[in-house]
Amino acid sequence: MGWLTDPLGYDFVLRALAEVLIMGATCGAIGAYVIVRRLSFIGDAISHAVFPGIVIAYLLGVSILVGALAAGLLTSLAIGWVSRSGRIREDAAIGIFFAAAFALGIVLISTRRTFQGDLTGFLVGNLQAVGARDIAISAATGLVVIGLLVVLHKELLLVSFDRTLAAALGYPIFGLDLLMLVLLTVTIVVSIQAVGIILVLAMLVTPAATARLVVDRFGPMIALGAAIGAVIGMAGYYLSFHLGIASGGTIVLLATAIFLVAFVLSPTHGLLGHRLRRHPQHRAGAPAIDAPGAPEDQAT
Amino acid sequence: MSLDTAPGLRLVDVSAGYDELVLRDISLFLPRGSITGVIGPNGSGKSTLLRAILGLTPLMEGTVTLDGVLVARDRQRVAYVPQREAVDWSFPITAAGVVLMGRYPRLGVLRRPGAEDHRAVLGALDRVGAGALADRQIGALSGGQQQRIFLARALVQEAAVILLDEPMTGVDQTTERVIGTLFGELRDSGVTIVQATHDLESAAATCDLLAFVNRRLVAFGPPAETFTAPTLHATFGGEMLIVEAGNHTHVHAGGHHTPDDAAAAPRRST
Repeated sequence: MGWLTDPLGYDFVLRALAEVLIMGATCGAIGAYVIVRRLSFIGDAISHAVFPGIVIAYLLGVSILVGALAAGLLTSLAIGWVSRSGRIREDAAIGIFFAAAFALGIVLISTRRTFQGDLTGFLVGNLQAVGARDIAISAATGLVVIGLLVVLHKELLLVSFDRTLAAALGYPIFGLDLLMLVLLTVTIVVSIQAVGIILVLAMLVTPAATARLVVDRFGPMIALGAAIGAVIGMAGYYLSFHLGIASGGTIVLLATAIFLVAFVLSPTHGLLGHRLRRHPQHRAGAPAIDAPGAPEDQAT
Repeated sequence: MSLDTAPGLRLVDVSAGYDELVLRDISLFLPRGSITGVIGPNGSGKSTLLRAILGLTPLMEGTVTLDGVLVARDRQRVAYVPQREAVDWSFPITAAGVVLMGRYPRLGVLRRPGAEDHRAVLGALDRVGAGALADRQIGALSGGQQQRIFLARALVQEAAVILLDEPMTGVDQTTERVIGTLFGELRDSGVTIVQATHDLESAAATCDLLAFVNRRLVAFGPPAETFTAPTLHATFGGEMLIVEAGNHTHVHAGGHHTPDDAAAAPRRST
C-alpha cells in the first residue's frame, strides 16, 4: 500500500489531489449537459477564448475568473455580431474568434520573460504550482456550479430536452442558456490549472460520455459523470506521479481508456451487449441509442 | 350564456409570423370539450397556428384567449405534443421522466416532484397503455409508444387544451386506437383538442370541427359542412393527390407520400 499512502506525505501531492478531485467532479457533472446539448465545440471554443482574459488577469495580478469571464463574454459577443450579419456562418465565426483570442493570449504572455514556462502551464496545466488559495477558489466555484445544477435540475433538464415546451410554459430560455454558458466557462477556467486549455475539453466530454454508456437517466448520468471525473482525476495524478510523466496528459489518457472499456463492455450500450442482443432487438425493431426511431415509425 | 363568454379557446383576428406574416386574420372558436382538426398543405401555417396558440410565434395582431383569459397569462393550461422529428430520442431520459415534465409548472422552481406527482405520472402512463414502459429509455420505444408517452405528459399537465402536431403520423394501429379512445374520453371530460394533421379522411371521421388553413382560414366548421370538394380545392389547389388503391379512394394532401401511396399509382388532381 506504500504506493498509495507514501505520496500523501507531500503537501504538494495533497493539494494536487484536491485540485483534480474538484476539477474532475465539476467537469464530469456539467459534462452531462455538454453531451446532451452537443456543446463540445462550444466548450472547446470557450477554453481558447478565455485565454487572453486569464493572461491579462495573471499579468495584472487580479482574479483570473473575472478576466476569463470577460474574455469569454467579449468573444461570444464578437461571434454573435459577425454571424448575425448573415455573410459568415456561426461555426466559421467561432473558428475565427476563438483562434484570434487564443493568439492574443499567446502574444500577451510572450511579453513575460518566463514566457515558455508560463505558456506551458496554461496549455497543459501545472498541478505542482497549485496553492491553498487556488484550491479554495476551485472548491467554491465547483460547489456553486454543482449546487446550481442540483437546484435548477428541472429547469435545465427541460430546456435541454424540450425547448418548445419550456418556451410554451414561459421558462426564461435565454437566461437558462446564458447560465449554462457561464457555468461552463467558470468550470473551464478552474480546470485549466489542472489539465490546461488544450485538454480541458476531454474532461468535459469523456467522463460524462462514459457515464452515458452506463446509465439511461439524466440525474444519474450527472452524478456518475462527476464520480468518474473525480476518481479518474486522482488515479491519473497518482499514475503520473509514480511514472514521472505529465499529469494532465495522464489523466486524459486514463479517462479515454476507461471510456473505451465502457464502450466495449457496457451491458446496455456497449459493443458487446449490442452483439449479444442484436438478434432479438432487430426483431423488435428497437432502435440503437442514437437512431432516430424504429423503422416502422419513419414519418411519412 | 352568450356566445362570447362560452368556455373554450378563442382566436380573434390573429395574424402571426416574424418578418413576414405566415397567418392572417384567423378567427376561430373551439368550444370546451371538442376535437378540431387543422388541415392544410405544407407551409400553409398549420404548425404556426399551433405555435401561435402556445405563444411561441409572436402575434402581430389579434388575441388568443381561453375561457376569456389571455393564454399568455395562464400558459400551463395549454399542453403540447411535439412532432416526432422535433424530439432527441437519444436523450438519457425514461418514459416516466418525460411524463414528469408535465408536472413541472405546478412545482415551481425549488420544489422537487413528490409522491403525488409520481402517482400522476404512473396513472397517465397506464391510461395511454404504457404503464409497463415507465423505466424504459425513450429511444428504445416504438414510434407509437413514443407518441403515447408525450400524450401522457399532456395528461399530467391537466391542461384545458391539448395541441398535437401530426399525432397519427407513422404510428401503429394500437396507438391509433388508444389515442382515438383517449381523445373521446378527454373531450367528454371537457378538454379541447386541436390536432394538425395530413390525414384528411381520419380527421373528417374523428373530429368535431375542421379548420382548413392556407395562410388564411379557408373554411371552419363540422366535417359535414366543410369536407367538400370546393373547400379541399381552395385549401390545397393543385397540391392534392387522389389515390386509388383497389376499390378504395383516398385523398392525400400536402405531397407527403406514404409507402401505400407509392405502391398505388397516384394521380394529381386537376
